[in-house]
Amino acid sequence: MSIVRFSGVSKFFHVNRGPRLLRERLRDVFRGEGPEHRFHALSDISFTVEEGESVAFIGHNGAGKSTLLSLVAGLGPPDEGKVEVKGRVAPLLELGSGFHFDLTGAENVVLNAALLGMTRKRAAELFDRIVEFSEIGAFLDEPVRTYSSGMLMRLAFSVAFHLDAEILIIDEVIAVGDKDFQAKCLARISELQSHGRTLLFVSHSPSIVTQFCKRALWLDHGRLKMDGPAEDVLRSYQGGAA
Amino acid sequence: MWSGEIRFAVWQLVLKDYRIRYRNMSLGIFWSLLNPLVMMTVYTFVLTRIFVDPRPAFPVFLMCGLIPVSFFNFAWISGTTSLIDNAALIKKVPIPREVVPVASVLSNALHLFIQLGLLIVLALLFGKYPNRYWLLIPPVWALFVCFLCGISMITAPLNVYVRDTRYVVESLNTVMIWLVPVFYSFDRIPEKYHYIYYYNPVSALTMAMRNIVLDERAPASSLIEKFAIVSLASPVIGYFFFQRLKGRFYNHL
Repeated sequence: MSIVRFSGVSKFFHVNRGPRLLRERLRDVFRGEGPEHRFHALSDISFTVEEGESVAFIGHNGAGKSTLLSLVAGLGPPDEGKVEVKGRVAPLLELGSGFHFDLTGAENVVLNAALLGMTRKRAAELFDRIVEFSEIGAFLDEPVRTYSSGMLMRLAFSVAFHLDAEILIIDEVIAVGDKDFQAKCLARISELQSHGRTLLFVSHSPSIVTQFCKRALWLDHGRLKMDGPAEDVLRSYQGGAA
Repeated sequence: MWSGEIRFAVWQLVLKDYRIRYRNMSLGIFWSLLNPLVMMTVYTFVLTRIFVDPRPAFPVFLMCGLIPVSFFNFAWISGTTSLIDNAALIKKVPIPREVVPVASVLSNALHLFIQLGLLIVLALLFGKYPNRYWLLIPPVWALFVCFLCGISMITAPLNVYVRDTRYVVESLNTVMIWLVPVFYSFDRIPEKYHYIYYYNPVSALTMAMRNIVLDERAPASSLIEKFAIVSLASPVIGYFFFQRLKGRFYNHL
């Protein structure tokens, strides 16, 4: 059964469409806006991911990997085509982006759990396990402002790894943290895999890709360039990049 | 798909705002008392010593208007800017977007409770004791919070697309202080304008609070009806408006 299905999906971004003021809006209305401002972040992407599968997304910066995963997470609708996702998604996009520096570690754990989609009951049940996994110890009741970046990472990871989602999105986040914690995270990832979770990876590390994923998708300038066994796709990608 | 609990998420966001706001203040909630006390003292001085208004319990009369107006100002502005203030959240987490402006409005509630406490103390000092109509205070305030959630769901998405929206909201806030009978009494208003004051929830709430606390009677049913219609219609309209615009937040934040 396929858990994620993209059919002919395109996503545009409008160049110069950041924060807008009334002046610019009025100018657009009077001058008219052409489609030439559009930029294809993704064009005509189709693929499916089966339940329990682990898939890596590779490609250069700006190739559309994060945009694609944001569509899986449901952060916005596609401009063309259809995105179907069956099941809950745990977005590990940029870990800790929901952290607030004036709150303590413990407060941030609960806040993040709530925002990422954990119920109150589950958050209370899992709190101790999350804290233990993070190895934060005595710093738990200190403001996160006093944390080192490694500690911050560990705490964010621990929350994300305890979400009860069927689909996990892991975006470029394994590369940080010390060796021991990295090993622990990788162990946790294989544990989740063995529980039948679906993993969507973005990583620039070939060893991590081949360790966890049998299949890889190569995105290039918003197009799906290759979809196949991880080793083959990596080989072509590295060959093309060299 | 997001799998969490809306109430848990709203509560955590409110708690976050509260913690951030009060942890960085050495005097904590004292600041929630200081601002209305200063406003009340200044207005009382000007309006009872300079422009003589020989109304009994004048500070209570004033506070019945100042509290709704100041809650309206703070809650509407924070609701309007909420999506931009939480842009990181909107861009990273598929949390239902309605949660953000609603939580922002609600996070002004602690400030409100402190001010209502101050009003009660003042009422007692001026010999206005609790009566059974005080039971109406929570429901009229609940209606008012509904109204604010509704208008924030309209202005918050507008502010994402056109960032000047907040300045319009700030100007409307200034207008509101004069469109609400804060400094003057409702019986000064010509009868043909009365319905405007009934349909404006800020002035309707002010008059209801004065009826309850000062006149010790229930507010007129014609006032409550119009107040309730506007307060309950606004979240419905706001919700549909929000649905229309929320799809493209990701691109615009």
